[in-house]
Amino acid sequence: MAVLKVTFTKAERDKLAHVLWVLNWISVVSGVILFGLGVFLKVEIQKRQELMSNHEIDYVPHMLLTTGIVACCINFLGGKICYDCVDTTKFLRWKLVMLPYIVCTFFFTFCILVGALMCYTMHNKLDELLYIGLRNAMRYYKDTDTPGRCYLKGTVDMLQIHFQCCGNAGYRDWFHIQWISNRYLNMSSSEVMDRVRSNVDGKYLMDGVPFSCCNTYSPRPCIQHQVTNNSAHFNYDHQTDQRNLWKGGCRQALLDHYTSIMQSISLIVFLIWLFELLVLTGVRYLQTAMENLLRQGDPDSESDGWILENSLAETARYNFNIIKNLGKCYQVDDDDPNINIPTIAQQEVPPRQILLEK
Amino acid sequence: MALLKMKFPLQRRVRLAQGLWLLSWVAVMCGAFTFCLGIYLKTELLRRAEVMDNSEIHVVPNILILVGIASIGTNMFAGRVCQDSLDPARFPRWKPLLLPWMAVALLLCALLIASVVLSYCLQGSLEESLKVGLRNGIRFYRDTDVPGRCFQKETIDRLQMELRCCGNNNHRDWFEVQWISNRYLDFTSKEVKDRVRSNVDGRYLLDGVPFSCCNPSSPRPCLQQHLLDNKAHFNYEHQSEELNLYNRGCRKALVDYYMGLMNTIGPGILSVISMQLSVMVSLRYLQTAMEGAEALENPEDESEGYILEKGIYETVAEAKATTLSFFKFGTVEAETTDAEKAAPESG
Repeated sequence: MAVLKVTFTKAERDKLAHVLWVLNWISVVSGVILFGLGVFLKVEIQKRQELMSNHEIDYVPHMLLTTGIVACCINFLGGKICYDCVDTTKFLRWKLVMLPYIVCTFFFTFCILVGALMCYTMHNKLDELLYIGLRNAMRYYKDTDTPGRCYLKGTVDMLQIHFQCCGNAGYRDWFHIQWISNRYLNMSSSEVMDRVRSNVDGKYLMDGVPFSCCNTYSPRPCIQHQVTNNSAHFNYDHQTDQRNLWKGGCRQALLDHYTSIMQSISLIVFLIWLFELLVLTGVRYLQTAMENLLRQGDPDSESDGWILENSLAETARYNFNIIKNLGKCYQVDDDDPNINIPTIAQQEVPPRQILLEK
Repeated sequence: MALLKMKFPLQRRVRLAQGLWLLSWVAVMCGAFTFCLGIYLKTELLRRAEVMDNSEIHVVPNILILVGIASIGTNMFAGRVCQDSLDPARFPRWKPLLLPWMAVALLLCALLIASVVLSYCLQGSLEESLKVGLRNGIRFYRDTDVPGRCFQKETIDRLQMELRCCGNNNHRDWFEVQWISNRYLDFTSKEVKDRVRSNVDGRYLLDGVPFSCCNPSSPRPCLQQHLLDNKAHFNYEHQSEELNLYNRGCRKALVDYYMGLMNTIGPGILSVISMQLSVMVSLRYLQTAMEGAEALENPEDESEGYILEKGIYETVAEAKATTLSFFKFGTVEAETTDAEKAAPESG
């Protein structure tokens, strides 16, 4: 009662072996693609590394990289095996390796699926990382004289220009931090002193934003300072003027950017997973067909190939028993005729018989 | 005294035909490559078409596109000829077309060389076109409500940010134009009225620049207004401040960009030219070798191949004589008919 049994003639077996050889080489290419996707993702994350608070998210591209390399190796071996399967004498070399190979590849394909799912679920982690990373970057925007933070101004400016966003959630985030360094503030002027004294932390806060928040599509030259003060500028109403600054926050912009990359990558990885499963099914059929051929003895005859020899339930039970009995190897087996186990009936000496004989 | 004569036994002829077939397909790839280069250059020029006054420079990518398409067809023809060359039944039908083919291939090479030369010669024209285009762009920066000019602000802003440049020659170009529209100026305020009255044309000029001139690499938040007034900003000196705005002008930035692009494309074009020339030379050898083989009693014997049948001078003299006789053809006939008429009269 084999699962999905198919009968193969010699010509069909040869064709299957050749086709699988080609498919395995295509799978090697798909392994290279996986590796490439891992490299691409790593580079993309590296580019905005300064805006992410830590490197936790690196596990996703690393997973893709390792899966890609392992896929290349496994499929290279698979190609070699399938190439040799045409000839029964060469098949004998691989006979013992094939079943472990198929089992390992089956579990490996789960890794590919996990890789695809990981890309999909990275979203939430990324949101958190970006929130903290952007908040810190904006806080250290003014620290262009502090080693280790001097490049953050340029990074944040270029980010806002490139992604057409302003601040973490919106442009008002800039109102809550001091983004002008004290080096450029005239501390002796009364205006500056008033502003600094007006808040608890002694920071110079203002309703102004850096130039990189300016919207290039605005019909009006950019208004950066006194953004919420309508009377400071002629013919200006900050509630209705939507095009002066970039509306969206950079966290959402970056999240969208990475989410679209992730979705494309996870789709490609999913397709690669399906392809690997297909190739694996073919290799399983080829393996069972060749083994049955060897059992029959005639290299030119027809043979059967299947996924499982018995039904799924029986195979599961059989394997479960093997696992259960693995620990019982030292227990004595009652059915073995070579071992002389004295039974209780033999050991009993009937006392009456002895008395009678006497 | 043939030019560059070589002997071709049968085996070498066969290998020449096969090698040339492969070479002609490589040349087809080169033709496609040239076409793609032309398309790429054209797209790059069109991207900045709004700041260019004329399109003289477009002749370079246009030549590349045409030559690319023509060389694809030409080299496919050469490949076909090679395929048929080893078959004595099919080769004769291509023979009369080979000389025109050589002329076309030479023309294509000449056009490619011309495009390389033009790309350097037209630099001056490009610079002039950009000068006028940028000047207009800066002048119409404020006209975001005028149809036909409303995109100038966005174009100039994005140009300055992408190419990291400011103004035509430098940032002072912005001091000479009114780049803030009258719609956003309060004409009742004294400051505005003073500025407008301070110059002949009644324009609102100021020592400020748009935000797109700001340099993100500056350690200081960008200073856009009162650039020439040291006292307007704390700890600021405009003569020594170099990082605040972009230093170079957009004209120079664009010219450098396009010249860099053409310098990168140049070696590619030169290699395409050399590939085409090698295809031409090989095909000429194949043609003469096959014709020589046909003339022999045993077609499988050794034959000779050459570039020119006679020396260069003799070939040129022959060509001149042929061309002259072609033009004199009418007059020679008239002379003979006159002579014939005179003969019976005298006779």
